[in-house]
Amino acid sequence: MSEPESDRMLEAEPGRHGESGRTPRAGRARHDDDAPPEAIVAIPLRHPWRNVVAVILVLGLAVFVLDAAQRQDYGWPDVGKYIFDRRISQAAWVTLWLTIYAMIGAIVIGLLLAIMRLSPNPVLKSIAWLYIWIFRGTPVYVQLVFWGIVSLIYPVFTLGIPFMDPWVTIPNEIFTNLFITAVIGLALNEAAYMSEIVRAGLLSVDEGQAEASTALAMSWGQTMRFVVVPQAMKIIIPPTGNEVISMLKTTSLVAAIPLSIDLYGVSRGISAVTFTPVPLLLVASLWYLLFTSVLMVGQHFIEKRFSRGTGRVRTGKEPATPEPAPTAVPGEPGAPLGNDFGGKG
Amino acid sequence: MTDAPMVLAERVSKNFGTNKVLRGISLEVDPGEVLCIVGPSGSGKSTFLRCINHLERVDGGRLSVDGQLVGYRQKGDKLYELKLKEAAFQRQEIGMVFQRFNLFPHLTAVENITLAPIRVKGISKAKATARAMELLERVGLGDRGDAYPAHLSGGQQQRVAIARALAMDPKLMLFDEPTSALDPELVGEVLDVMKELAKSGMTMIVVTHEMGFAREVADTLVFMDEGVVVEAGPPREILSNPQHDRTKAFLSKVL
Repeated sequence: MSEPESDRMLEAEPGRHGESGRTPRAGRARHDDDAPPEAIVAIPLRHPWRNVVAVILVLGLAVFVLDAAQRQDYGWPDVGKYIFDRRISQAAWVTLWLTIYAMIGAIVIGLLLAIMRLSPNPVLKSIAWLYIWIFRGTPVYVQLVFWGIVSLIYPVFTLGIPFMDPWVTIPNEIFTNLFITAVIGLALNEAAYMSEIVRAGLLSVDEGQAEASTALAMSWGQTMRFVVVPQAMKIIIPPTGNEVISMLKTTSLVAAIPLSIDLYGVSRGISAVTFTPVPLLLVASLWYLLFTSVLMVGQHFIEKRFSRGTGRVRTGKEPATPEPAPTAVPGEPGAPLGNDFGGKG
Repeated sequence: MTDAPMVLAERVSKNFGTNKVLRGISLEVDPGEVLCIVGPSGSGKSTFLRCINHLERVDGGRLSVDGQLVGYRQKGDKLYELKLKEAAFQRQEIGMVFQRFNLFPHLTAVENITLAPIRVKGISKAKATARAMELLERVGLGDRGDAYPAHLSGGQQQRVAIARALAMDPKLMLFDEPTSALDPELVGEVLDVMKELAKSGMTMIVVTHEMGFAREVADTLVFMDEGVVVEAGPPREILSNPQHDRTKAFLSKVL
């Protein structure tokens, strides 16, 4: 993994510490030119248009905020009334669990799909490709509507030889439970995206790593577990954080199933009774914002940690192993894009 | 030469698609022997090395290590490809050192060395660690056990890689251009470790461009070109009095 170049940099490091500041004269910094370079005194370039645009934007924002604060339709007293309403906080809890369960399911299925796509078996490969093609190529809203009515298409599960009397018949109780249906629907969709993230992570690990592991007589499973996956994690974790944030917002689409015990569903339910849709939209938005902000902060720290090369480098001063280029497909939300919010819902 | 050979290659061939990389390599390596392979790039040296521990599948001929066919099992006159587990078992006896070290960057030097003994051979962690420290001492890195590869120089990394291969107690060590990725001033420390290893009686096959090392350490020098062994013999003879035109041409460029 580590290039000899980085070693050379390591060796060169101590020599550079002695000098005070880096002189622009490339390379040969001498100790004898002690005199600090003369500071440049010049009139800075003016940017009048920047100032004009800034003033317009700030004024516009101020007008909007002042207006909104006084406008009846926003119903600010109602926002205050419902923001800590027990029904709302319970619904927020449901949204959180929907997100957690769906992401766990998506990661497990995604890992499986990624391994299938990397397998030498052409059948496994094609099936994984087909899955990803379908689930990424259709809207998640449409998929959720489908899972909502799937219990009508398959009222019972049967086990047996086709065209004969089935041995076992189980009524379809999975898809009549709307919460489980929502988790399955969200997880199956998200798995297609997760598999691409996992695949990019696995591909980012240098081939020499698996080779060295194989040469040490380790099996494929051991090679994956102890050598490849730990290194792939630094590519996989940051975009997975993006997906969690994205999933939290996507859960609002479970209305399509229709599941209405989540944050958005309950807010809508309340507003249908009180005829105050706008305040409840604001209430729901504030809760979503709270969750995504917390996740963003967590994401920030995780990314900081995993951008430090091996993630275990202690000082951060040394040049760590060169960052392998993330091989995610361009334009898909899997690509590690810093604090991109994703958003395919 | 009464011992059974450690490595016996008989007309070994290997193709990548229509590209014939090895066109019938025949050679013998006795236990304790050091064989150096030199030759221009693309001559199949590395591929041959990788065939010996079955990182590449041999397409033709016979290749055996310590009397065991590599990658296949013979039953009657039929050959059966080995299961992955069986192939892995064969590799336990063969250590390999790579041009680019291929240390595991997320593990310390000691963890790099102990990973396979613990996971493959089931040796206890304490025992494996003690052995790793011994090996690090042997390659002159007794104090760098806790360092991550990124904190080691290229030469140090390669020495850890050698210790890692030795930790599996191999009968045979393969070196694939072990000093080619190193800065010139770091080559010596790796060659010194390899010389010590050769003196201790390890059977070694070394693909190298270091003619000085080959002259000093090798028992046999093999010159390969275009997938065949062009010339083989004691290194002094080949280096000072090459018989074949292709050997002459190559040596005139590298010496």
